Amino acid sequence: MSILEQYAQIVGDDVIDQLQQLAKPLRGKSVVHVNSTKLGGGVAEILTKLVPLMQELELNTDWQVITGDEPFFHCTKGMHNALQGNQVPLSQGLLEHYEEVNRQNAERLRSHLVDADFVFIHDPQPAPQLSLCPDRQGHWIWRCHIDASHPYRPVWKFLRPFIEPYEASIFSLPAFAQALPHPEYIISPSIDPLSDKNIDLPQEEIREVLGQFQIDPDRPLVVQVSRFDRFKDPVGVIRAYKMATKFHPDLQLVLAGGSADDDPEGALVLQEVKAEANHDPDIHILLLPPDANRTINALQRAADIVMQKSTREGFGLTVTEAMWKGKPVIGGDTGGIRLQVVNYHTGFLVNTPEGAALRIRYLLNQPDKMAEFGHKAQEFVRENFLLTRHLREYMTLMVLLLHGGGDRLELT
Amino acid sequence: MVEPTTVKVLPMANDDAPFCPPVAADAFAIKDCALLTIATGKKATTLKELQNHLSTIDPDSIYLHVWGSQLESQFEVREYNNHFASWARRGLHDDTLAERLAMVAPNEYADLEELRQEFLEVIAERLEEKEYLHWVLATEPFEFIRSTIVVFDTAKRVEQPEELIDLIPHLSTSSIFYHFIDARRRLPINQDDFRYWLTCWGDRYAELNHHLAAIDPYFNGLTTIRQQLANAFERYCPRKSP
Repeated sequence: MSILEQYAQIVGDDVIDQLQQLAKPLRGKSVVHVNSTKLGGGVAEILTKLVPLMQELELNTDWQVITGDEPFFHCTKGMHNALQGNQVPLSQGLLEHYEEVNRQNAERLRSHLVDADFVFIHDPQPAPQLSLCPDRQGHWIWRCHIDASHPYRPVWKFLRPFIEPYEASIFSLPAFAQALPHPEYIISPSIDPLSDKNIDLPQEEIREVLGQFQIDPDRPLVVQVSRFDRFKDPVGVIRAYKMATKFHPDLQLVLAGGSADDDPEGALVLQEVKAEANHDPDIHILLLPPDANRTINALQRAADIVMQKSTREGFGLTVTEAMWKGKPVIGGDTGGIRLQVVNYHTGFLVNTPEGAALRIRYLLNQPDKMAEFGHKAQEFVRENFLLTRHLREYMTLMVLLLHGGGDRLELT
Repeated sequence: MVEPTTVKVLPMANDDAPFCPPVAADAFAIKDCALLTIATGKKATTLKELQNHLSTIDPDSIYLHVWGSQLESQFEVREYNNHFASWARRGLHDDTLAERLAMVAPNEYADLEELRQEFLEVIAERLEEKEYLHWVLATEPFEFIRSTIVVFDTAKRVEQPEELIDLIPHLSTSSIFYHFIDARRRLPINQDDFRYWLTCWGDRYAELNHHLAAIDPYFNGLTTIRQQLANAFERYCPRKSP
């Protein structure tokens, strides 16, 4: 069965027909996505399925990854944090190294990029590629997956000249958009319901995963899946868990994460998390490899409640994943989590460990509400946050750029 | 290979365009649509800023903030029907202003400029009543956005109005948006696609036309509008005898 046929079973034939209508004027066009990692993190996950889907729609689509050394990723992690508002001064030497690594990548990538009809550059890591391809022919789009609503100004000032010459940029929320001299489209990211991370799993497999980590399947379980990153507030999650266990002493917590290739800060945060957990046998800190998708899937499906207590969040695809599995979500009141978690409908937005503990108590005391929230959450994701909607919006943007913009695009 | 005949990229409806009555032989083409959101870079953190931006913002942005919530997923009955009213409540915490803004019915205004003036009037009145609203900071900013609409052809065609009786209950809500709400920007005199098409048959469907005109496009959600359309067709467009 083709990928499109598999999607049709989930989203319906009409949605697939719309994709095919949009693909018609783009058929045979060359498209290149560029990011900084093949594994780990939301961007790589999206591209893993988006690229073959575009290929099946007969768009000549390619995915290129820039490479770099430890100082380069230290710099880009700093940029990531700075765009999210942290005051992260980056030395002149580090910034020059960032440009140098991009120059080296351009030597390798230029032949793929200059003739492409569309180039999507994802996030700040490869942003200078446009200026390094002066003979480019196609439409270049910068896709920002980060909450850049309040960037640390010196870093944004450094990045802006690389981003301004793009023909368009894409942000996940209107609040994330920065003043730029080109159209800024708002496109939410998405999840792939057919991926290992999101497909239905047999109950035996879920129990097997729980057994593997000595998690009791008969006791309530709260799960947070995310990198060990301060913005994800894993320490706050443990504090919330500790408060909630006063009322639900049988509660268990899983903090499952892993370090993406481009995240050198993870080990430090992991140490802080272990210190806060203080050898509590019911707190399971799992450092999973980037390809442990079925394991993450099983943990999310085993959870009674999924948490994403971020203090800053680009979008929060782990929230979307949990909602797709019919789980109520307790999420930080920030960024894209606000777009997904609707109080008393799909979960709760919280600002503190106390708030999170309160909502854990509320939900564990009302299993009917948990089921109701979970059902609504799944339908909400089906309507708004699956890959097919994401691709529809990318292709709409591409057709608009191909035809010079406009307010109304009619496909006949 | 680009197939240019499959795509039309158009500006929004031109008010100077001549009125073109539908041709009786034309089948009714069922379309569907989606919006692609675009940031304008303008945001307001006070009512005064909202007023300033609203006075100059592109009319497309006003359209989206007034009608766009129809296409958003709803978990409960909408408290307020436009984004300005919702922000007055949630961002400014001014219920009086929220209620007044919510009562501005866009379909009662000839065009978006008139609608803009009405919103500005309501805001100016409130700023005169409560001086502190000039400077009080909202707890969340109002982000002005606009959108591009992409229109899909479902390939379904209807030759006779009676065929719509069975079809309407199965149309997507976005299709209802296109034919019943978006149509008012494309067609003259606040028409929707259904009524516009029915004029092909002269007075034959006058009663149906009258009842369709009575359906409020603004205060009900799209699911309710679909039901009301279905009811009107079922009742006033009798099925042909076999």
